[in-house]
Order: sequence, then structure tokens, then C-alpha cells
Amino acid sequence: MTLLVIRDLRATVADQEILKGISLTIRAGEVHAIMGPNGSGKSTLAQVLAGHPAYTVTGGSITYDGEDLLELDPEERAQKGVFLAFQYPVEIPGVSNAYFLRAAYNAVRKSRGEPEADPLEFLDLVERKMALVEMDPAMLNRAVNTGFSGGEKKRNEILQMAVLEPKLAVLDETDSGLDIDALRIVAHGVNALRRPDNATIVVTHYQRLLNYIVPDFVHVLAGGRIVRSGGKELALELEARGYEWLTDGAALAEARA
Amino acid sequence: MSSSIDSFVNREYQYGFVTDIEEDTIPRGLSEDVVRLISAKKKEPAFLLEWRLKAYRRWLTMREPHWANVQYPAIDYQSISYFSAPKKAPQLGSLDEVDPELRRTYEKLGISLTEQKFLSGVAVDAIFDSVSVGTTMKKELGELGIIFCSFGEAVQEHPALIEQYLGSVVPYSDNFFAALNAAVFSDGSFCYIPKGVRCPMELSTYFRINAANTGQFERTLIVADEGSYVSYLEGCTAPKRDENQLHAAVVELIALDDAQIKYSTVQNWYAGDSEGKGGIYNFVTKRGKAAGHRSKISWTQVETGSAITWKYPSVILQGDHSTGEFYSVAVVNNHQQADTGTKMIHIGRDTKSTIVSKGISAGQGNNSYRGQVKILPRAERARNYTQCDSMLVGNRCGAHTFPYIEVGNATATLEHEASTSKIGEDQIFYCKQRGVSAEDAVSMIVSGFCKDVFQQLPMEFALEAQQLLGITLEGSVG
Repeated sequence: MTLLVIRDLRATVADQEILKGISLTIRAGEVHAIMGPNGSGKSTLAQVLAGHPAYTVTGGSITYDGEDLLELDPEERAQKGVFLAFQYPVEIPGVSNAYFLRAAYNAVRKSRGEPEADPLEFLDLVERKMALVEMDPAMLNRAVNTGFSGGEKKRNEILQMAVLEPKLAVLDETDSGLDIDALRIVAHGVNALRRPDNATIVVTHYQRLLNYIVPDFVHVLAGGRIVRSGGKELALELEARGYEWLTDGAALAEARA
Repeated sequence: MSSSIDSFVNREYQYGFVTDIEEDTIPRGLSEDVVRLISAKKKEPAFLLEWRLKAYRRWLTMREPHWANVQYPAIDYQSISYFSAPKKAPQLGSLDEVDPELRRTYEKLGISLTEQKFLSGVAVDAIFDSVSVGTTMKKELGELGIIFCSFGEAVQEHPALIEQYLGSVVPYSDNFFAALNAAVFSDGSFCYIPKGVRCPMELSTYFRINAANTGQFERTLIVADEGSYVSYLEGCTAPKRDENQLHAAVVELIALDDAQIKYSTVQNWYAGDSEGKGGIYNFVTKRGKAAGHRSKISWTQVETGSAITWKYPSVILQGDHSTGEFYSVAVVNNHQQADTGTKMIHIGRDTKSTIVSKGISAGQGNNSYRGQVKILPRAERARNYTQCDSMLVGNRCGAHTFPYIEVGNATATLEHEASTSKIGEDQIFYCKQRGVSAEDAVSMIVSGFCKDVFQQLPMEFALEAQQLLGITLEGSVG
């Protein structure tokens, strides 16, 4: 089943065009990796999918689960199963992790017309999910991301993802700042959540993460366009050859355009 | 980006209506004759008129203070009417005679003056402009020897108690607004809890300003005799008017040996419109004297309304081992200004005080915490803990902190913690990305910030306060 169709997507931030015509189709059950050098538009694509207000879509379309995604507010997208694991998770002092998770979980349930979760059952659910990312249950009582280490923040993102069980998860550089153990734990969490009816977009700079989360497709983004798509072997090729041989091509393509 | 913050903080002030009722309002202006007139209308004994006149004469020699971090045009004290009361004033003691129009007003404010319908567990004294229009649950309280009535009634029925305690914590000469209040105060609530009695219900005063161009000057006096306990709530609203109105109240609390008073306020005076026009000037003197050994006075306030708030609920810790507490949430939005905090004056030995202040600034609001902790030389082993946090919503508001600490005894232990944080677009987007709406996100973040204070409020009030906070901040984040 086709979950996401991006057609000729163009987007700007602060009047500068970052995405210059991206097309991508993702079916349920697939994992797509988006790679590319710094400044190629990878994070912009992730933010546009989530509906960040700083980005303006100037052309093209995104169809998610049969709906026009660009017509939906960020919270509606989230309620319908679009999840973004932030590159820089935000700290919310004073709000406990437990409270935040429950608010998010109940907001999603409410949007589906379901009753709020029973607090005790919910706690059970969260504790099971915490085990998945090897998080100490004591973290539930700490304020969201506040004073967390880089690794703890990223694990907390995956915990939220595990609780919300999204249909489309976008991991924005989730591997950045992780040591190898944390990387393995995070990847294990993501893999455990893979199902035939959901899909994952892994945005990453390095091939390293893809040793753990094995993609079905790899796309290379450069200069706001997808310059090459392939299978998982493309990631290995990039590891060996770098991005330059592709970005030069992208620059050429741009010159021709 | 900030427009998304802006579009989110402003809901209509739902208590801004005016009650159409015939009121007896004396001509504007202030003079000795006005003071005498008010006293005569209240049929007061000579000692009280004497006290008022002394206060008035003292006031004439005083100057309006301007050290607070607030700005407002000069107040013309001759353009205010100092007394306004509904013509059909009820007879003392009978709620059945309350004017139906007044009854409807309070119903609209969510307060039933009909005993049967009244929320069990709370007794209310309803003050409308200058007078009390009814006090509920008097009979039940009377059986325990608790006196809870309007100040005017207390003057008639219990003059000895009034003469003994009036001005014993806030003397008429205390400050400019306290002196003005002492001269012209019209009504208020009085409460006396006898020895060893634990008041079984919340006592509450609801202040409503209705008439235009009037000031409200009420006094509350609460005396908790030895070993007694009382929890007291105060609520306030006013109609939306373009001109500013002055509210200069005085609250005095006295706790004798082993007595405890818990005083909670949810202040929701009209704050003015989004341009800063209109609203109440809330210039209030609140002070408690923990006079007895092991006595305790606790102030909790949630300040969301008023154009300007200027108040410092304080505790004089006179008795040995006495305790003073101050828990405060102050919110300013649009053009509101607040300069609020507390004073903890440690006189007795082993006295202990706690200050937790949470200031929230949104829109172009300006919020100042001003607090004084003073340890007198006799106060051996005094302790104070102060926590003072500010939260900013948007880019055009301000938060300021002015702590004053004076220590006169080397055995004292003082701690002071402070923090400033900001609700950012990033936090809002993060919450939205998890399915939580911007409104709910702000309310979640703000509630988390205020948790330590809300925990101190009686349950019914905590909910109200939380909702009020949501309303006050609506439109400040987008």
C-alpha cells in the first residue's frame, strides 16, 4: 500500500529555496534512508513533512495515506500517525516525561474518538516501551529532555515513537551525537517497531546507522534534489566514495537547469 | 513566527458584565466630611470614626509611593466616589432578602447565595461594591462559635474584637494606600475562630466591583485564637470599563499560639483590554502576624487580573517556632503590570519561612518579584528558603526580580534560588508534533511551571486557577 507520495516538492526558509523539486514514493513496510552532505535539504524535508511553520512550501504536493498532507496542521499530522524524531529534541522544564507522554497519547486517541487511557494501564504500556529502549523508569519523573544527555534525549524520542506507534516515522539525524552503544539501543528500538503497515524515513549523514537499521531504499539528496536512488548497497558505496562524485553531478544538473 | 504566539493568548474576559441595579453612590471626592458620612452610614461607634479621622489626617501628609516597577498616570483622588451600595440592601442575616438582581449577578459569577444550592464545604461573604450583600453558612459556623460576617456587621455585633485587633497588624499609618483604606473603608469580611476550633469548611469572600468611578476599599480581618485552624479563600471580578478603577484593600491576619491560617486568593479583576485601556489598579496591603508560639500563616495567591497589581502579602514571625509561607503565581499579559512578592520578618526564635514565587509574563506584560527577608537580632536559628522563577512567553514581555535580604543574627540560614525560562516556538512545535494543540501545550507548560504553587491551593480553587491561567494566556503563543 502506498503511504506517502511526494511530488516535485519545493520549499523555502527565510525566502531561500532549499528543496528544489523532490519526488519520492514510500509504501507501507518500507524503510527509506535519505543521505546527503550538510546543507543538502535533508532536515528541511523532515521539517516540511512535520509542518514546521518556519518552512514555506512553494510548489509540489505531499499525499499521505490518501490525504493532502500540506492541508493539515502539525498536530493533525501527528494525530494521523506522522512522527518526527527531532535532531535536537526540545527541553520542556516543569513538565514530567510521564505527563507529556500521556498528553500526547491521549491527544492522538481523542482525535480518533477514543476515550482517554486509564492511567494505570498507560503506565504499564510506557514501562514496557521503556524496556525496549533500555531506559530507567525513573526518567518518567524527570522533566521532558531537561538536563538529559544527548543519548538520553535521542532515546527519549524513540520512547515517544514507541508509545505513539506512528504510521510514518521520520528520524532526523537520530544517530548524531550517539556513541556506539546508544546507537545500537536506538536502532534496536526502531527495528522492533517495524511492521508491515508502517514505514520509516531515516535521515542521516553517515552510513553507520544503516548497519543497524537496514534500509530498503537509499536516496541521496544534494542541492535540494534527489540525485541518486538505489538499494542498501548505495549507502556502502557512499561510505567508500563520499558524496562528491554525486554532488558534482548535481551541480552540473543545476547548471543545465 | 511571533504572530503565531500572538494569536493564541486572548480570550474574552467573561466576568466583564455590568449589573443594572440602583445604587446609592455618594458624590465623588474625599474630605473629612466624606469620612464622617461613610462612618455615619455604617452607624459606627465613636472609636472607629476617631480611627478613620486619624487615618485620613495622616493620609493627607503622605505621598503616593512610586518605588514599584509599574507605570500609570497620576490618580485623581477627588474624582473617585468612596461609597456605593445597592439601594435595596439586605437585612443582616437573611439571605432570602438578597435582591434577585444581585443573586443573579453572583450566579453568573458561579456563586450561589442560596444556602441549599451552595457548594457544601464553603461559606461565602459576598461583597458588592462597598457593602456585603450576604454571608452563607452562618448558622452552621455559629454553632462552633465561629464568627464569619461582613465587617460592618462585626462592628455592630462584636465591637470589642474589632477594637482590639483592627490595625494591630497593618496600622492606619502603615503606608499611603493603607491609610486611605483606613479612612474610607466601607466593608469587608471579619472572621474569628475560637480557641481549639478547626473550621470545618473553607471560608470565602467574593469581591465584586460594579459601579463606575468608584473605588473599592474593603478590609478583611481574620483572628485565629489559640490552637485553631482556618482556610480562607478570596475571589474577585469587575466589569469591563474603559477607565481605571482603584481597589485598595487591607487584609490583616492574626494567629495566636498554635493557630494556623491559610489564606488563598484567586485574583481575576478586569485587566484592561489588549491595548492596555481600563482595568483595575489593585494596590493592596496584606499582612499576617504569626503572633503566637508555633503559629503558622500561609499565603497562596494566583494573580491573573488587574491592570496593575501592587501587593506583598507578608508575615511577621513574632512567636517562637512560628512559620510563614508565601506561594505565588502572577501572570501578566497584554499591557498588565505586576509588582508583587512578600516580606518575611523574623522576630521570634526558630522561625521558618518559605517563599515560592512563579512569575509568568506574556504579551507586553511586565512582571516583578519584590521580596524582603529580614532576620532580626533576636531571631536565633531562623530559616528561610526562597525560590523565585520567571517564565517568558514571547519576545515583548519583561520579568524582574528584586530580592532584599537583611540578616541581623549569625545563626540564620537562608537559601535563595532563581531561574528564568521562556516558552518558545520550538517547544510549541515539539508538542504539536506529538499531537498536542498549541493551547494545550501552553497550558501544560505553564501548569508544570506553577505546580508547586497550585499544590497549595484548596482543590476547587486549584482547578479554577488552572483554567484561569489557560484563559489569561490564550492568544499569547502561536
